[in-house]
Amino acid sequence: MDSDFLKRQNRAPIAEALEEYTSERVVPFDVPGHKHGRGNPELTAFLGERTMTLDVNSMKPLDNLCHPVSVIKDAEELAAEAFGARAAFFMVGGTTSSVQAMVFTVAARGDKIIVPRNVHRSVIYAMVLCGAIPVYVDPGAHEQLGIALGMTLPDIENAIRKNPDAKAIFVNNPTYYGICSDLRGIVNLAHAHGMQVIVDEAHGTHLSFSDKLPVSAMEAGADMAAVSMHKSGGSLTQSSFLLVGGTGDMQTSGERTAPEISPAYVRQIINLTQTTSGSYLFLSSLDLSRKRLALHGKELFDKVIDMAEYARSEINSIGGYYAIGSELVDGKAICDFDKTKLVIHTLPVGLAGIEVYDLLRDEYDIQMEFGDFGNCLAYLSVGDRVRELERLVGALSEIRRHFGKDPLVSIPNSYIAPIVALSPQEAFYAKTEHVDFGSSVGRIAAESIMCYPPGIPVLAPGERITEEVLEYLRFAQEKGCQITGAEDSSLSTIRVVV
Amino acid sequence: MDLWFSEFHTPHVKLSIKVDRQLYSGKSDFQQIDVFESPEFGRFLTLDGYMMLTQKDEFIYHEMLVHVPMCVHPDVRKVLVIGAGDGGVVRELSRYDTIEHIDVVEIDEEVVRIAKEYLPFTACGFDDPRVQCHFEDGLKYVRHHDNEYDLILVDSTDPFGPGEGLFTKEFYGNCFTALKEDGIMVNQNESPFYANDARAMQRAHKRIHQNFPVCKVYQAHIPTYPSGHWLFGFASKKYHPVRDMRAAAWKELGIETKYYNTNLHRGAFALPNYVQRLLEAMEELPNNDTTSTLGGKA
Repeated sequence: MDSDFLKRQNRAPIAEALEEYTSERVVPFDVPGHKHGRGNPELTAFLGERTMTLDVNSMKPLDNLCHPVSVIKDAEELAAEAFGARAAFFMVGGTTSSVQAMVFTVAARGDKIIVPRNVHRSVIYAMVLCGAIPVYVDPGAHEQLGIALGMTLPDIENAIRKNPDAKAIFVNNPTYYGICSDLRGIVNLAHAHGMQVIVDEAHGTHLSFSDKLPVSAMEAGADMAAVSMHKSGGSLTQSSFLLVGGTGDMQTSGERTAPEISPAYVRQIINLTQTTSGSYLFLSSLDLSRKRLALHGKELFDKVIDMAEYARSEINSIGGYYAIGSELVDGKAICDFDKTKLVIHTLPVGLAGIEVYDLLRDEYDIQMEFGDFGNCLAYLSVGDRVRELERLVGALSEIRRHFGKDPLVSIPNSYIAPIVALSPQEAFYAKTEHVDFGSSVGRIAAESIMCYPPGIPVLAPGERITEEVLEYLRFAQEKGCQITGAEDSSLSTIRVVV
Repeated sequence: MDLWFSEFHTPHVKLSIKVDRQLYSGKSDFQQIDVFESPEFGRFLTLDGYMMLTQKDEFIYHEMLVHVPMCVHPDVRKVLVIGAGDGGVVRELSRYDTIEHIDVVEIDEEVVRIAKEYLPFTACGFDDPRVQCHFEDGLKYVRHHDNEYDLILVDSTDPFGPGEGLFTKEFYGNCFTALKEDGIMVNQNESPFYANDARAMQRAHKRIHQNFPVCKVYQAHIPTYPSGHWLFGFASKKYHPVRDMRAAAWKELGIETKYYNTNLHRGAFALPNYVQRLLEAMEELPNNDTTSTLGGKA
């Protein structure tokens, strides 16, 4: 890194402006009404005086999130530089708001977006709002682990061939479990067919700051990315970055036929739904976290990788448990693996991932990120230390000793290509009724039904119910899959469009 | 010069000791380490500002941690000591000829180095050739040992900071596994008096109780620890700390002690009513699981 870069990134314009503002002791005849906390002593005692003093509104020295011209603009430019993006936007509505903005930017009513079938619900909800239509691609599932994987290039090529009018491809980079698709390959394919690539990097903030990790969206040449700075990056919950890629230089992506995205248009899209009084606690947390990652991200995430690798080897030496690692990479559905993710496969010790998740919390005061049928996940980030990992490993070995049983095996699953009959928006607003599950073939589903494992939807609102769907759901139910999403979880009735 | 060391025992109570001079101050990878010289307590060691030992009253703590289990277990050959970087526990252990091997696991090598330089009255324990030091996390060390030790002594700091892992259920469970079938574990169990210490004391007792069939608590008076009233946990797979004590055999060893004796051993397990109630409240808590923690696979 050159010294000019470090010098620029050592600034935190929003945080500095807030410091300056508080030192000036300005008399507040504006909102928020707590007036630096004086109006709410109990809350001030609870959160701390400093926090309340920093909870201020947009004003001249602090810029305005809707139309940044000074410190927010500067901070956004620094964030863009740090992430290798053409533009960056500070988002205060969680990464869900960043995902929405990506969908709204690339698709209008009736436009198609190619998405993996296990896409986060925020993407489908965004489609409900704007009227876009999903084209689903099978992400594949790992038979032993029972988790969804990534989209393969041949599957995407196929989707493009059948839907040459699609506007964009949506990619998770990585998935919750750390699985990455061939992002560079997808970007090249998409751009060659006039499509844009929008990337959910909710679990990939750190990718931009290490050369030992999978390629980041911006590095791969994607058009937009939603980055959960608050997950692995260290900012406050609900703060997020929306990045716009591209440089105006067409040569980098070969025969690109998709137009680059205009940051000015993205700003308009964001202003459709984002609050006009963005919290300065969130904004300054984004600003300071960006500074920390730009200056120290490499060392910080090297440490996280080392800790994750150490924990993996210790967990794998307990016996039974399988902490998954880079050995899974097959160049297809698992094109790369994010080594900071600590995913522990628990079935060989005779316990479901969710059981281990519960035992760790209830018996050992250890809170995991989540547990599913076959696995539980520890989220490692800039705040972790080896001593807590020792506790996790120690507790896992104790859980095996006290609660271990004969090995379980994952439930086999098969992918059913959905038939999208109505857009998510049409299905959402349609009149619906309950019908007998057995006689619902041919109707259009009005609710979504998901099977765990592997957490891939079987039906979503607007999709045609087929004989194959019914058979699969009955099979999954018999095998002990957890069926979620349906109002009638016994599946004797199902809600369909009238 | 009016130089004092002060430690807050609660936000509203502090103990201050007049200091002649500070002999050492430094920061290790794990904690702030300081050594002072004082007119009343002699030399004393603090970690992150918390009193660990003073020259004047360390004998009480170290004798009570070591001699109580040594008077109960008939044949201690292999001992694991967790923490204890000052060497005081090892010094007391080294007085038993029957012990063949002592593993000391201290996370912070700096503490041992500083003790050897400034606290020879405890660090002399490290001179014993039976002692082997391992500088690593106690939780990690104990996890890798199975059915190996007759006695485990947990000389931890407080349940926050680097010693936090030594107050957890997983640690006590791993200790259970590392002990032989008649093994004993003794731990420093905090104080029952001030609310925060009492909560830590209860939590530790609860977690040990979940792991060991015999789980008792005994007390000692340690003037420089918060409230002066301090507890130790006696956890064992087989031996009862009073019924199975071998007073005559221990006396025959002729070990000269300043605090401990076999009458005091019996008496130390007689606890004040309020302490008994605090402990019983933890023992009555239902186990969240239906599987008995003792009935699991060993």
